[in-house]
Amino acid sequence: MIGGEELVGWLERCGVTHLVWLPDSELGQWEGALVGSDQVRLIRACREGEAIAIAAGLWLGGAHPVVAIQCTGFFEAGDAIRNVVYDLGVPLFMLVGYRNYDARDRATGDSAPRFFEPILKAWKLPYRVIEPDDGIEAIAAFYEQLRAQNQAGVAALAERRL
Amino acid sequence: MTAAATADLKEMLAALREVRGDAVVVTTMAAEREWLKMSRHARDFFYMPSSMGQAPALGLGLALARPEVNVVVINGDGCMLMNLGSLVTIADAGPRNYRLIVVNNGVYEVTGKQPTAGAGRVDYAALARAAGFAVARRYEDVTDWRNDARWFMECPGPAFAEWVVRPTPSGSLHVIHPGPMHEQIRRLRESLGIAGTD
Repeated sequence: MIGGEELVGWLERCGVTHLVWLPDSELGQWEGALVGSDQVRLIRACREGEAIAIAAGLWLGGAHPVVAIQCTGFFEAGDAIRNVVYDLGVPLFMLVGYRNYDARDRATGDSAPRFFEPILKAWKLPYRVIEPDDGIEAIAAFYEQLRAQNQAGVAALAERRL
Repeated sequence: MTAAATADLKEMLAALREVRGDAVVVTTMAAEREWLKMSRHARDFFYMPSSMGQAPALGLGLALARPEVNVVVINGDGCMLMNLGSLVTIADAGPRNYRLIVVNNGVYEVTGKQPTAGAGRVDYAALARAAGFAVARRYEDVTDWRNDARWFMECPGPAFAEWVVRPTPSGSLHVIHPGPMHEQIRRLRESLGIAGTD
């Protein structure tokens, strides 16, 4: 899992101005580092669809936002993502916690990991799974690739805990 | 809130138009349809096609990105009900340049005037106040709104106004299309001094 200081350092180097989020138990470990940044403002949403729309408004206004949510919230935010990415054409970058990643190919009590990648494919969103050992460089490379193409995309952060 | 609403949406919007200055105005649903008939400003953002319920959040992003620019979102009551939590999100972020108006006509006008849940009973201004908006007022009369409109646009936000209006007669629901979304976005961003895909 990428640490908070590491993440914030990368966000600051990229010129990200706002991180809009609804944390899960892994992303939530970034809280302290995010609150401590004087370059990246943390925006707390009540629901994931809102986080997507806030990020769209930030981009319309010339800011450089990133969204951080869990895959269950990604499911909830479907219509907002459809609208923002495809109707508005916003090159939105999302960090999405891939809950219970190890259970993605088998039936368990948690159906969330089984549906995450099929839904990313259904939405035709470029994505890259970031394994716990990949480090911030993997996210950075994917982010730069998407920026160069002015495209939206998802960094799916493999999580081993529920 | 039991008496039938008498205020006219067009008159409420016309009073806002007089004081909007160079504010960004984000419109949805009934307000969008009527605003299109009376305003074509580079900073009008007709949120169509939309994700219903997300206009207040989109306006929040704009207000946070451009704290020097007034941002007004005119939302429907049905839209507001889809995302009541956004009132809390907005109040928590606390942008002083943010103004949210909810057009309370008690119906889903575009789908044939079916009543919204809680029509005639929900006090949207009270909800906004409880969520933490700096200002939240309810207007049932165009004269009261006209008297307050300039103050509303200049007071420290986030500010909230509920307009209790009568539904628009069915014969007046003709929609003018605002044009391609990418053109709207280009105009808005240019008016804000943003170049290209920056």
